[in-house]
Amino acid sequence: MSLLNDVEPIEQARRDAGAALASPLLEIENLQTHFFTAAGVVRAVDGVSYDVHNGETLGVVGESGCGKSVTALSVLRLVADPPGRIVGGTIRFVGTNLLDLTEREMEGIRGNDISMIFQEPMTSLNPLLTVGRQISEAIALHRGLSRRDAGDQAVEMLRRVHIPEPERRVHAYPHQLSGGMRQRVMIAMAVSCDPKVLIADEPTTALDVTIQAQILDLMRELQDRLGTAIILITHDMGVVAENADRVVVMYAGRKVEEASAKELFEYPGHPYTKGLLGSIPNLEVAAHTNARRARLNEIKGMVPSLANLPKGCTFAPRCGFATAECHAAYPPLLQHRDGHWIACWHAERLLEGAA
Amino acid sequence: MSPLLEVHGLKKHFPIHKGVFSRVSGHVYAVDGVSFHIDRGETLGLVGESGCGKSTVGRTLLKLLEPTEGKIFVNGEDITALDPAQMLPYRRQMQMIYQDPYASLNPRMSAGEIVGEPLTIHRVAASKERRERVAHLFDRVGLRPELVNAFPHEFSGGQRQRIGIARALALNPELIVGDEPVSALDVSIQAQIINLLMDLQDELKLSYLFVAHDLAVVEHISDRVAVMYLGRIVETTDKTSLFEMPLHPYTEALLSAVPIPKASARARKRVILTGDVPSPINPPPGCHFHARCAYALARCRHEVPALREVKQGHWTACHLHDAGVVFPLAKPAGE
Repeated sequence: MSLLNDVEPIEQARRDAGAALASPLLEIENLQTHFFTAAGVVRAVDGVSYDVHNGETLGVVGESGCGKSVTALSVLRLVADPPGRIVGGTIRFVGTNLLDLTEREMEGIRGNDISMIFQEPMTSLNPLLTVGRQISEAIALHRGLSRRDAGDQAVEMLRRVHIPEPERRVHAYPHQLSGGMRQRVMIAMAVSCDPKVLIADEPTTALDVTIQAQILDLMRELQDRLGTAIILITHDMGVVAENADRVVVMYAGRKVEEASAKELFEYPGHPYTKGLLGSIPNLEVAAHTNARRARLNEIKGMVPSLANLPKGCTFAPRCGFATAECHAAYPPLLQHRDGHWIACWHAERLLEGAA
Repeated sequence: MSPLLEVHGLKKHFPIHKGVFSRVSGHVYAVDGVSFHIDRGETLGLVGESGCGKSTVGRTLLKLLEPTEGKIFVNGEDITALDPAQMLPYRRQMQMIYQDPYASLNPRMSAGEIVGEPLTIHRVAASKERRERVAHLFDRVGLRPELVNAFPHEFSGGQRQRIGIARALALNPELIVGDEPVSALDVSIQAQIINLLMDLQDELKLSYLFVAHDLAVVEHISDRVAVMYLGRIVETTDKTSLFEMPLHPYTEALLSAVPIPKASARARKRVILTGDVPSPINPPPGCHFHARCAYALARCRHEVPALREVKQGHWTACHLHDAGVVFPLAKPAGE
């Protein structure tokens, strides 16, 4: 509870300044999370900054190993140490730097103010406990309710995530539920304490498309009702386009582009973002052209090893636009259009080409 | 001329054993009467959600699983009842690429041994010739030739999938069954493998059965598409007709559920199905889809709809067409 006391005056000051709406709820600045392995230092997250506001959905996209999940785990301070360690930066949640908190104080934040949904609901739920027990555990812990009251609350949570017959399902074990149902249980757990920030790490990747549509729809509904800020981590550009307000694109541990979703899909600025968009088969486009199977615009080569990053821009070895400048120095992240940040030496030229 | 592959009424039921005496207490109706054909040089996409039986179809037609019922013809010859020895010449013509490039390669064999193994098994090449063939295959799938002595763990996911493709090509097959060959890969690598598969097809006149759950990928690579739901094909036609005007409510919902990477995608009106795919152990009677279908008629609950040609070349299994229902069912936004 000491945390709340710390937070209160800051929040009060912000309200007084009339800036409460404009200031972000969660603000990550220059975060560096490195893994110290036998093979060397792996710079999984290397100077990443982003923020998320009340009621907003921030999409974080990138391929495996780009650091999108490690950034999220760093926010909750769940990175295994050793080998991982947060070596720099700040993570501010309503003004408090989470990296300064004790483990005890952090427990009061996790699952309460900031909660997380993981990709694989089967491995993230305890197979030995009923789903009701697992949901009520969080409620009892953070709300100080009795086991019985928390149990009643669990039924309510299952109803909220539209699980049919919640009174019966509360006694079910995870293996008795389908993948979609298990993900609904995960969401019920995550939102059981009305979190201010919900981090969803590939929440629908393990699910079929029709179930994915149900789950994303449910997340939007809960956000509308509770005003939760959502950080949606995914590799699926389609999921981002249909759900995010703002998008951060990551590559090899860094943020390479940030823009509103509309702006990003209309005027992608970074060659990597352009490449990603070009490499996805697009249902709408291909269905309406009669050309038999156009080649996809593949990105040559593969993601560099994070323990041995190339000099200069880390994307340069795979980039069709790379010049000597790119191989010499990493480009700064600059705002090229309103709210549109790009880390590329040739951003201006590329944006002109797109417009 | 008969098509390269023809499948008639294919069924694969897996018995469920229970108790001390392993009494058969029921069946998983994984594939429940599926018919299709694949012509030379053609790609048939087989899509559906998990548990619909699409992978079992691929495995059964290669006779990696014994079919319960139905007939499989390769170049007009019935291979359904052949024993493993008799199957050998047919296996040269039909190869498979698996989903998980981490689990499908033997970690104790070098990449060169993995790719060359089919040549040894089928005794088609002596060792020098085999080395040349392996080097050629490596080059063809975009792997550097010095990697023949490397082991699977030294390769990335995309490279491993290239090894799997090289192995499948080793015997110059006519048909390749790809079981989710790109779903485990990152998008930028996925595009590389899709392009490779399409190039190989043009060059070697291969036929593909492309089994996948990603509709955008299937749509991209296929000529014709068959949609499966709970062990049955519910719709099949050329890809343009299917994606422009689906004639089965399940296909319509499936297409609508795919997120589209475009700025305007957010405003799109979509059909969201309720409920889960029912269990193939105890499938609902009648049309398997009726419980999740917003348009189901009384008849759908007890009568299995037959797959029939509703439009030229466009086959679907749905009673709504008899009832004179006009498709598309869900009107797009703005109409």
